[in-house]
Amino acid sequence: MDLGSLILSLRSPLSRVEGLGSAKEGTAHWWSQRVTAVALIPLTLWLAFSLMTLPALDYDTVRVWLSVPVSGFLAILLVAVTAYHAYLGTTVITEDYVHSTGMKVLILTTLKFLYVLCGGLGMFAILRVVLGFSRL
Amino acid sequence: MPARARPLSPHLEIYRWQISNTLSILHRVTGAILAVGLIALSFWLVSIAGGPDSYAVAMRFFRGAVGIFFLIGWSFAFYFHLLNGVRHLFWDAGRGFEKAQRHASGWFAVAGSVILTLGTWIWIWGHSS
Repeated sequence: MDLGSLILSLRSPLSRVEGLGSAKEGTAHWWSQRVTAVALIPLTLWLAFSLMTLPALDYDTVRVWLSVPVSGFLAILLVAVTAYHAYLGTTVITEDYVHSTGMKVLILTTLKFLYVLCGGLGMFAILRVVLGFSRL
Repeated sequence: MPARARPLSPHLEIYRWQISNTLSILHRVTGAILAVGLIALSFWLVSIAGGPDSYAVAMRFFRGAVGIFFLIGWSFAFYFHLLNGVRHLFWDAGRGFEKAQRHASGWFAVAGSVILTLGTWIWIWGHSS
């Protein structure tokens, strides 16, 4: 065994094996940011392309477009993944620039609530349109 | 222990302003702008579920001067964040780190997002008449 490296390092052998660092999350946050980024490339381009190629943006056209299962499904994925990606990104921005603990916790918690609310509302609205409840 | 001025790592102001750090900052700014755009997207989706009347209210906002201003901002933020995000993904894969490549891909992201934004709005105005 390489005793020298064990003695010179202040990290315990267990921490080195786990590789999770001081935040105990390892690369999970960073990696999720990348995976959601890749997923959002086709999803966002689909939304932009769909909206731009609709013949018009009047209510009936948009409702019919969104109520097609493929559109509804992709729109739900888009809202969910966007909310998670934005949550990860704005969390990092907050952690980097807000230094007082109280304000940081307040903003981070507010962001969590905001994204769950926003994502939940968006997905619920899409389901209502897809399932045909929008005109009841 | 006596308070003593410790050596600090260089602060932001000490660096020469250049494309790399400008685009890095712009990536975060556009990301934050797009996070606000998610609220607008949800608002729009909820307005569709609410029926023709609520949809008309939402579209009155989006077709108004303020709405168009925000939509143009979101479209540029989207294209830039998309192109610069792909640039970051290439870096994460260990590619494109040479100085010339960094600068070229940076300017490509800037030019690409401006051209795509202009193209999008020319296309929209051409089809909205």
